[in-house]
Amino acid sequence: MTQYSAFALLKNALSGHKNWREQWPDAQPKAEYDVIIVGAGGHGLGAAYYLAKEHGITNVAVIDKGWLGGGNTGRNTTIIRSNYLYDESARLYDHALDLWEDLSQDLNYNVMYSKRGVMMLAHNVHDVQSFKRHIHSNRLNGVDNRWLSPEDAKVFCPPLNISRDARYPVVGAALQMRAGTARHDAVAWGYARAAAARGVDIIQNCPVIAIRRGPDGAVQGVDTAKGFIRAKKVAVSAAGNTSVVMQSAGLRMPLESYPLQALVSEPIKPVFPCVVMSNTVHAYISQSDKGELVIGSGTDQYVSYSQRGGLPLIEHTVAAICEVFPIFSRMRMLRKWGGIVDVTPDRSPILGKMPVKGLYVNCGWGTGGFKATPGAGHLLAWTVAKDEPHPINAPFTLERFTTGRLIDEAAAAAVAH
Amino acid sequence: MLLIHCPYCDETLPEPEFTYAGEAHVARPADPMALSDEEWRDFLFVRSNPRGTHYERWRHINGCGRFFNAIRDTVTDKFAMTYRAGEPRPNLDALKEAAE
Repeated sequence: MTQYSAFALLKNALSGHKNWREQWPDAQPKAEYDVIIVGAGGHGLGAAYYLAKEHGITNVAVIDKGWLGGGNTGRNTTIIRSNYLYDESARLYDHALDLWEDLSQDLNYNVMYSKRGVMMLAHNVHDVQSFKRHIHSNRLNGVDNRWLSPEDAKVFCPPLNISRDARYPVVGAALQMRAGTARHDAVAWGYARAAAARGVDIIQNCPVIAIRRGPDGAVQGVDTAKGFIRAKKVAVSAAGNTSVVMQSAGLRMPLESYPLQALVSEPIKPVFPCVVMSNTVHAYISQSDKGELVIGSGTDQYVSYSQRGGLPLIEHTVAAICEVFPIFSRMRMLRKWGGIVDVTPDRSPILGKMPVKGLYVNCGWGTGGFKATPGAGHLLAWTVAKDEPHPINAPFTLERFTTGRLIDEAAAAAVAH
Repeated sequence: MLLIHCPYCDETLPEPEFTYAGEAHVARPADPMALSDEEWRDFLFVRSNPRGTHYERWRHINGCGRFFNAIRDTVTDKFAMTYRAGEPRPNLDALKEAAE
C-alpha cells in the first residue's frame, strides 16, 4: 500500500497524476477463509480491518452482492452523533465517536470527519422535557450535550427561523458539539484499502445465496454466485438484507426492512454551518463540502426492498424544511434516493453471537447505522475473534427479545432514528 | 406512490389514504398463559420480512376505516391483490395459474 501524504501528492502532481495505484485489488474467492464477512459496507469492511489489525486474523474475505459501499454506506446523510438516552446506547455510540476522532490518521485516508455540531430542535413542551432528560442522561454518561435557548440556537445556525409565530416554533435546542459529519464513501474506501493492505480479500458482485451448516449445526461456509467458500466463522453485516441471509441459515430474525429516503439540493455557497435535526417535524439537514444541502427524510411505512421510497414522505420533509428554514424555500432539489434499513422492535442494533455455532451478526441499526461504523466494525471484529461479545456490545443480543431486556430507544425518542 | 385497492370501497386510491399495519396472518395466541418465552418472542417480535411476496395488513384510515389484507411484492412494491380481513390466506401460485 502506498502511504498517502503531502509528499506523495506533490510527487504525483509532478508526474501529472498518472502514477497513482489502485487503492485495493479486486479479489477472487479462495476455497477457504478463517472468517467470511457478508456485506462490504462500512461496518463489514471495518470489521475486516480490525480483525486484521487488532486480532491478527488476516485470512478474511468480505463478500458483497453489489459493489463495495454501494448499500446504505453510500445512501445515508453522513450524520455522526452519540446523544442516546440509555446507558448501553450511549456507551455504544460514544465508542464509535471515540474511533471517529482519529480514524483518518489510523487509516491514512481522509474520511473528512467534521465536528460541526448536531443541533436537535425542540418545538413543544414534550420536546423540551425529553431533550433535557437526554442531556442530563448524556452528561452522566460523559457524553457531551447541552441546552440552547432559541436565541443561542439562532447564533449557532443563522438560517434558522425562530420567529414566535412560525408554524413549528423553536423553543430551544440540544447541541452535541462533538457530533458532525464525515464523507461516507471515504469511510468504506479507507477501510477497504487498509484491510486489503493487511491481506483481506474484498470480493464484489458475488451474492451470498445461503449460509451452509453441517450436520452438527455449525457453520461450514457460504454458497455464493462464485461457488461454495468454506469458513468456520461467518459474520453477517448485511443491513436491509439480513433477514434474507439469516433465513438461509434457518434463523428467523426480529427485523423488518423499510426504505429510508434522502435527497440533495443543487450546490450552493457555504450557508449552513452545522447539522440540524427536528424529530417532531421529522426533517434533518446539513450542507456537504460540495455545497449541496443534504436532507434526510423518514422511513416509508411499509416493508420493502425496492431501494426507493414514496413521494409523500419527500413532500412532508421538504415542507417541514421550508417552514424551519424559509431561506431554502426557493431551492431546487437535484435528486433523491432510498436505502433499505433493517429495523428492530426496540430500535437498537443486534450485535453479537447467534444461537448457531460460528455465526455472528451485526444488524438492526435501523435509520442510524452510519454514525456507528467504526464502533460496529471494531466490536464485531472483537466478537468474532474472541467468540464472545465485548462488554460494550454484550447487552445488544438477539436473546433480549426472548428475555424482554430491551434497550428501548424507540420509546425514548418516540421517532425512528 | 402506491395505489392501493380497498376491497370494501372497491376503489383504487393513493397511499396517503391508507396506513400500513404490519405482517398479516400473525394469529394472536389462543391460550396466552401456555406460551413459552420463545413463543412470545415469535409472536411479538419475529417477522418473516421476505424479499418477494409479502402478506400484509393495511387500514383505509382516511376512507372507510377498515382493516384489510394485501399481497405485495417487496422488491417491485407491486400489489398482487387485496382481500378482506378474516378471509383465508390466498394461494398466490394457484391464482396465477388460474389466470393463465
